[in-house]
Amino acid sequence: MGDTVMLAERPDVREEQAAPVTKVRGYWQTVGHRLRYDPVTLMFAAIVLLIVLAAVFAPLVAPFDPYKESIIGRLKPLGWRDHLLGTDELGRDMLSRLIYGGRVSLLMGVVPVLIASIVGGALGVIGGFAGGRTNTAIMRTMDVFYAFPSVLLAVAIAGAMGGGIINGMLALTLVFVPPMCRVAETATTQVRSLDFIEAARATGAGTLTIIRYHVLGNVLGPVFVYASSLVSVSILLASGLSFLGLGVRPPTPDWGLMLSTLRQSIYVVPTVCALPGVAIFITSICFNLVSDGLRSAMDVRL
Amino acid sequence: MSEAMDIGGPAQPLLIAREISKHFHVRGGAKTSRVRAVDGISFTVFKGETLGVVGESGCGKSTLARLLLHLVERDTGELIFDGEPVGAPHGITVAALRRQVQMVFQDSYSSLNPRMPVQDSVAFGPFVHGRGKSAARGVARDMLMKVGLNPDLFGPRYPHELSGGQKQRVNIARALAIEPRMVILDEAVSALDKSVEAQVLNLLHALKQQFNLTYLFISHDLNVVRHVSDRVLVMYLGRAVELGPSEDIFTRPLHPYTRALLGSRPSMDPANRIEEPPITGDPPSPIDPPSGCRFHTRCPFAEAVCAERSPELGEWSERGSHVAACHMLDAGSGHSRAVQ
Amino acid sequence: MLGYILRRILYAIPIAFGVSVVCFSLVYIAPGDPLQTVMPPDATAETIAIVKHAYGFDKPLPVQFVIWLGHVLTGDFGMSISTRRPVILEVTDALANTSLLALFAVPIAFSLGYAMGALAGCFPGRWMDRIVTGAAVVGVSLPNYWLGIVLVIFFAVEYMWLPATGMGPNGSTGFDILQWSNAKFLVLPVITLAMIPVGIIARSTRAAVAEVLSQDFVQTLRAKGLSEWTVIRHVLKNAAPQVLAVMGLQFGYLLGGSILVETVFTWPGSGFLLSKAIINRDVPVLQGTILTLSLIFVATNLVVDLVQSMIDPRIRRI
Repeated sequence: MGDTVMLAERPDVREEQAAPVTKVRGYWQTVGHRLRYDPVTLMFAAIVLLIVLAAVFAPLVAPFDPYKESIIGRLKPLGWRDHLLGTDELGRDMLSRLIYGGRVSLLMGVVPVLIASIVGGALGVIGGFAGGRTNTAIMRTMDVFYAFPSVLLAVAIAGAMGGGIINGMLALTLVFVPPMCRVAETATTQVRSLDFIEAARATGAGTLTIIRYHVLGNVLGPVFVYASSLVSVSILLASGLSFLGLGVRPPTPDWGLMLSTLRQSIYVVPTVCALPGVAIFITSICFNLVSDGLRSAMDVRL
Repeated sequence: MSEAMDIGGPAQPLLIAREISKHFHVRGGAKTSRVRAVDGISFTVFKGETLGVVGESGCGKSTLARLLLHLVERDTGELIFDGEPVGAPHGITVAALRRQVQMVFQDSYSSLNPRMPVQDSVAFGPFVHGRGKSAARGVARDMLMKVGLNPDLFGPRYPHELSGGQKQRVNIARALAIEPRMVILDEAVSALDKSVEAQVLNLLHALKQQFNLTYLFISHDLNVVRHVSDRVLVMYLGRAVELGPSEDIFTRPLHPYTRALLGSRPSMDPANRIEEPPITGDPPSPIDPPSGCRFHTRCPFAEAVCAERSPELGEWSERGSHVAACHMLDAGSGHSRAVQ
Repeated sequence: MLGYILRRILYAIPIAFGVSVVCFSLVYIAPGDPLQTVMPPDATAETIAIVKHAYGFDKPLPVQFVIWLGHVLTGDFGMSISTRRPVILEVTDALANTSLLALFAVPIAFSLGYAMGALAGCFPGRWMDRIVTGAAVVGVSLPNYWLGIVLVIFFAVEYMWLPATGMGPNGSTGFDILQWSNAKFLVLPVITLAMIPVGIIARSTRAAVAEVLSQDFVQTLRAKGLSEWTVIRHVLKNAAPQVLAVMGLQFGYLLGGSILVETVFTWPGSGFLLSKAIINRDVPVLQGTILTLSLIFVATNLVVDLVQSMIDPRIRRI
């Protein structure tokens, strides 16, 4: 019986000094630190930044007016008379149209994901925290939308609504809400059962306070990572919708739409006709790799 | 610190629990069964004492802790805190109860928010109770100092950067930050190495003196409970089987279960051998507890009456009383070994 | 076990119901009068009134849904606006053609992907692993219709080895697979459809295999003296459930992606039917096709779940 008592006789109560203090970093600072030493991800992030800047400052960057047609200069190959990337079937400069096309593609890539993150994230946190019937109701509703392959659902909604950029973005948002909801709900459910949530309740905090200070911080990480991986999917889906004629209307430049209208001309200038797809591919893959890098950096073993 | 809030006076028990029960409904396939986690427990906690609660895993200790803090709603029974019933219209509200009773959890990886610096975790309590952010942080740093952690060194750290003992000190600081009168310690030292455990126990003792606290100390480690407690409550399968002053229970245990528990402790003392047969069998599940006295299936002295009727605990509200729920102590029970 | 199967099937029913509700409401999110979606534009006012009553558009929504559901369950999907043929015929004809593509694309994609992924997982870090990881990233970022266009440019335009579009000189009715003059029309669409899922399945297989290989029981098997081939068989069996789930999803992707690929190759399948319906604003066909494809997807997921649970007993939950 004496073991514990003998040890407890020692009068020391003070904690011995901790290990020498290295710079104490917060969670997000740790993420940033790890990213700084990841050259691959940084490189692709730079490319993404370039694409975004080119799209934003399109009027300054594009060499020609993307809407200016030319009867004689149609379907010209690469390098023809200052047209670095050739011309399309109406004589418009490809490079300029690609740069301007980036605006629509990026818009339709980012906005639906953003809105879906907020809406789906909120639904997921509510469901995850409330648990029980509320959670089941929300998740079962999401399951119904999960039953559709995403392309099909996007095409169905956009097609039924008649196309156009707004309807396209709406359709994409609806496609992304269920997966975002699921990610948020999983993260919330995991956090909810941990002891520190009970401790927070024991101090008398209300539900909203607990969510705000304790749950959100732990949920934002997975949600952010997943959202970043959805951007490239959104760009692909959006260009697919435009390819089918469900996106922007001509003559607005858009990569998917350009691929569709140039299809007839592949026997004339095949290389030029494939270019919009190259733009989609490069943008999508860069976003993907940046998202992968972010996921690795955020996978901090706590 | 807490004299100002003392309403009932020194003679009034700080906490009276009367016939508390909590049953959980568990869905196993098609049918629903009831887990009788806590099944009619009554006890008192006097001001300034440390009441130890012991029992095997699954006896309901942790559920009891959560019931006392109202983290879980009780099914039956009443709680009286410093003379006022909890949750009753004319009594004390749950929110007010939570300002006066706090809990220190077992140190696990999940007892502190991994994304929050430790001082923010401690500051959360005062913040919720109305202090501003910087004032709350000031309280937190002060509290960290009091539990033996240098606030400049440890305050901005994250839980994964702390050792087990350091994390428990943080947990204690968090519980004390809102200046409670009573602290429930649920297996608070069970996950620590022995030497660290000793340090933390000393700390708890010092804090109790300094802040005039009352402790409810839950543990499965009998040696520790004996060392820290003034009185002890022994639980079995959701029921109270013995209650009394610590030394009395450990030197003259009345209930067969307590005796078996004490007999099963590994001891370094060759003079301390117990003759009674040890406990046999596995503890039955709280879903389908045995009828009558819960312990009768494993009790070497069990008789027919034990399966029929549940024994009463006896006079549990007096400070010095040592009682046990066993038919052998009840003259009129019909048990052949009953004391006359 | 049987209980799980029944419960899982039972669970699929409300999902199918929800799917039909969504499909039904497609008509109503369309701009304009829903009546216009089922009537040709040149109808007279009387015809409109008659059709309105016949279709029950003057009744409340839930009643309309029940009526529609009743029709659907008996196979009546309405009439196509553009071709005036019953939708169900259009859909089944088109589905047959898509099934032809799927018949080749699915086995190729799944077996090639699985094999590549297994090899990559068993030899991590080597060139196969790098190819697979690279292929997966590329596959996820590539628009499949663009891939189709590129393949057409290469094989049909530059080097005229294969035809660019269509389903053969006799169209879909006279398609004879045993003749190369017909079968060569299959090649490019199948490759296009299969290529991207190969990458994704390969990556998932690689991850699953690598994870299983790192588990302790593999060491135990080797220590028992089993041949490496036997050990690998065990590993593949354990990795199968995860891979099956991905395959199920990829099948859905195939169904959805068929819309774009078939448009590129003018292959008269269900995807092409869908894109024509969109251009023509032929809502009955739109509804019918989407309903059919989605229900196929639901059924596929159901089968995948059941097979998974048969292979891996831990997955029996609901």
